[in-house]
Amino acid sequence: MKFPRDRDRKQDHLHDELQSHLQMAASDHIERGETAEHAQQSARREFGNVALVEQVTRDQWGWRWLEEFLQDLRYAARMLRNNPGFALVAVLTLALGIGANTAIFSVVNSVLLNPLPYPHAEQLVTLHESKPNFEFGSISFPNFRDWRKDNHTFSSMAISRRFAFSLTGLGEAEQLPGRFISSDFFSTVGVNPLLGRSLAAGEDEIGAAPVALISAGFWKRKFGSSSDVLGKSLTLDGGNYTVVGVVPANFDLFLRSFELAEVYVPIGQWKNPLLPERGSGLGIHGIARLKAGVSIDQARADMGDITRNLAAAFPKDNKGIGASVVPLRQEMLGDVQPILLVLFAAVAFVLLIACVNVANLLLARSTGRTHEFAIRAALGAGQGRILRQLLTESILLALAGGALGLALAWWGTQGALKHLPADLPRAAAIGLDARVLIFTAVISLAAGLLFGLAPALRTREPELQKTLKERGRGTSNTRHRAQSVFVVVEMAMALVLLIGAGLMIRTMAHLWTVNPGFNPQNLLTFNMSLPPSMTSANPDAVRAAVRDLDAKMAATPGVQAMSETWGALPLSWDDEKLFWLEGQPKPASQNEMSWALDYIVEPGYLQTMGIPLQRGRFFTPQDNEHAPHVVVIDDVFARKYFGDQDPLGRGIMLNTMRAEIVGVVGHVNQWGLDSDDTQQLRAQLYVPCMQMPDAFFSLVPGGISFLVRATNTTAGLLDAIRATSRQMSSQQVIYGAQTMDHIISDSLAARRFSMILLGVFAALALILSSVGIYGVISYLVGQRTQEIGIRVALGARRWDVLQLILRHSVKMAVLGVVIGIAASLALTRLMAKMLYGVSASDPITFVAVAAVLLFVALAASYIPARRAMRVDPIVALRYE
Amino acid sequence: MAPRYQNRIELLQGTLDLLILQTLQWGPQHGYGISQHIRANSGEILQVDTGSLYPALHRLERQKWISADWKVSENKQRVRVYRLTATGKKQLLSERSRWEQLSDAIAGVLSPSKREGQA
Repeated sequence: MKFPRDRDRKQDHLHDELQSHLQMAASDHIERGETAEHAQQSARREFGNVALVEQVTRDQWGWRWLEEFLQDLRYAARMLRNNPGFALVAVLTLALGIGANTAIFSVVNSVLLNPLPYPHAEQLVTLHESKPNFEFGSISFPNFRDWRKDNHTFSSMAISRRFAFSLTGLGEAEQLPGRFISSDFFSTVGVNPLLGRSLAAGEDEIGAAPVALISAGFWKRKFGSSSDVLGKSLTLDGGNYTVVGVVPANFDLFLRSFELAEVYVPIGQWKNPLLPERGSGLGIHGIARLKAGVSIDQARADMGDITRNLAAAFPKDNKGIGASVVPLRQEMLGDVQPILLVLFAAVAFVLLIACVNVANLLLARSTGRTHEFAIRAALGAGQGRILRQLLTESILLALAGGALGLALAWWGTQGALKHLPADLPRAAAIGLDARVLIFTAVISLAAGLLFGLAPALRTREPELQKTLKERGRGTSNTRHRAQSVFVVVEMAMALVLLIGAGLMIRTMAHLWTVNPGFNPQNLLTFNMSLPPSMTSANPDAVRAAVRDLDAKMAATPGVQAMSETWGALPLSWDDEKLFWLEGQPKPASQNEMSWALDYIVEPGYLQTMGIPLQRGRFFTPQDNEHAPHVVVIDDVFARKYFGDQDPLGRGIMLNTMRAEIVGVVGHVNQWGLDSDDTQQLRAQLYVPCMQMPDAFFSLVPGGISFLVRATNTTAGLLDAIRATSRQMSSQQVIYGAQTMDHIISDSLAARRFSMILLGVFAALALILSSVGIYGVISYLVGQRTQEIGIRVALGARRWDVLQLILRHSVKMAVLGVVIGIAASLALTRLMAKMLYGVSASDPITFVAVAAVLLFVALAASYIPARRAMRVDPIVALRYE
Repeated sequence: MAPRYQNRIELLQGTLDLLILQTLQWGPQHGYGISQHIRANSGEILQVDTGSLYPALHRLERQKWISADWKVSENKQRVRVYRLTATGKKQLLSERSRWEQLSDAIAGVLSPSKREGQA
């Protein structure tokens, strides 16, 4: 922009022009015989006010608004410099409010607002089989192939399933996170390989040639990102796979159920004997792309037709089975969206409170400045001009607060990201981008207008003469009414935030006291894969290896009890089995059988987990492959299927196998501390692993989960276990180690995160509003010093004075609390989903929070009230 | 001093523009010269206030009816000299005719008898 330099030059010229006028006029006067000094004076007198002429001339240039703006800005900056205390408090208050908003917005921005990084992401959906018991069950491979073939609404459809491979022959043996995929997996998402190709049609069939795609990270780590990786061979679980492509580094589905993989292998390569079975549930889920212009409802109707046809064609496996079609975005966001929106609303409240506080400060100052404004008005400044200047001041404050807030937000999000709940999708992308900067600028300006407008409008009732006479004390009544209204609003908003935080704290307290049904302390879990050579071993050899592992692990120093486990693991993953009770006719189809969560465990499991045995016995080493089949059930199973009868000695049918119930144990929270009671599938069934069919043992070498109870502490235990494992075989890989405490804590992370943030926001609101009430009462005391002096002189006691002052603050606080409670009753319902064990209108929280707020309000006004008590009547009366 | 203020006549809105353009018709002139010229030619009655003159000059310049240059005067002084532009000349003609219509109209109102007599 060139005009500022231009303008300066032009201004100089104007100055010269007027000076030449003066000189010419002066010379004329000299010619008429005046003395030089006299001539100068006459010329000036005739000319008038040089500065004024300069100004009205400049107005003709059309830059008046800019001129005045710069003038206002300079003036505002000077005012703030001269009142550093006021400026500091105001800017800091705003920085906190704006910073908190910017931080939360940057999270909302990257998690909710930024588009997913796929072409036409809105067409992507996830697919599941809906079963009578659960809506989002896994899809069987044969069903998927029919869905893919018969549908009319999807442009492509794919399935995938996570799997851990043992990689050998390429440096040290390691466990590789992998994924079985169908041919269209990457093309459905819209991701092109970085190098090579994706899978071709038919390459995902059982019996096709073994090929693999690898991740960019793995490509770099093992092949130095060399392009001759294509065609090379990878040994996964002992089989050779030809590398055909490299997947881009940024590929991610951002789903909680989707772990990033390092190798992608056609699903037909899975050695699981159940893969070709239509009734199998193997944890396979689908992703699909809608044809352009097809709605989700049309797709659901289409899938409804297909699944009904399949149910008719294969009643044994498919009766009652439908399809769930969920938009990818919805599945990705899950519960995160309401949490973020609640936090966003909370943080907006903090900013509003900050604005009210600063408005209050400005109001207090504007009263002190009434005299100044009156003088300016008397000198000819227009109403609009003064208004504009006041707004410039508040916007300058707001922008300074915004800049500082941006710094706070950057620093705060960096810190908070470390404590983010693990299930916040796309958390890695959170940062300050252009949209966040614009947001900050806009809320800063809006805040400046908001808190600047009220005091600015107040100065629009000039009553010039009165003000000039009273020297700024005139309008105190209306002013303190406005201030009191502000404080009431502040109190109400602070109360809403405090109640929100209080409800979250009560929720967390409830959750921590929930008994998960087992003892999570000193409990370690990890996974292990056996050497690849074991994958082709016969079942007896695998059984022997499992027993050998048991003996070696149990003997490891620091291990008090342990069990290998398959099937479901509490709070981690689930697995289900179909059964029917002995004595009942065999159900005609699977869908008339009952489901139970199944835990395939060893005799040490009960002691390791610390689950109480209620009746009968748990497994012993004698419950082996040669002994009669036995199972143990939990009390939920017992109550649901046997009622008052004794389940011990009764039989249940698992497929064609009969097993006898030998014990009843306590229920374990499989689904999480909070949601277990609301789940449909809660009956639990324990099966001794040695009695599993031979087919099971062919899958064992691929992955075993361990639960280990430490004698004293889990610290260092993993190292001892690794040492034991290394002594057995260098090709045995241990991965995914976690303590149970950590798993439980993780399951509460989202709630804890919102509790901490709401707590911080509420504390901020409490501090700001107590500063607000302190300011108003201080002002009131200052205004009434004289009155108080007279009262004391007339015999009022200190207690009366205290009452006089406190009565006002109690009035404001009570009004704020009443309004706040009404608002909370309406607003906390929005967070009902985040609560556990307390209702959204929990009376204890409401009463406690109201009491805290009233106490803080009283404490904040007690300090100025004490000053009022000490007023010396002589001094007060002499004052002014 | 006092009588001069009594004799002073407030210029009608827009009249100053006409006077400036008319003055510049006789040749380029600086601001002081313009004000002196107007005063002299109005028999000392029209006193052009500098607070009106300079804004008017700068406004006319922005409207491109006059243009300005820095010159050095006879007594070696840097002065800003205004001259009439081509559009300014056209503007002067139309302003003059408008002024003549106006003054005729006012004269007619002020001396109705004369007008009636003519009619």
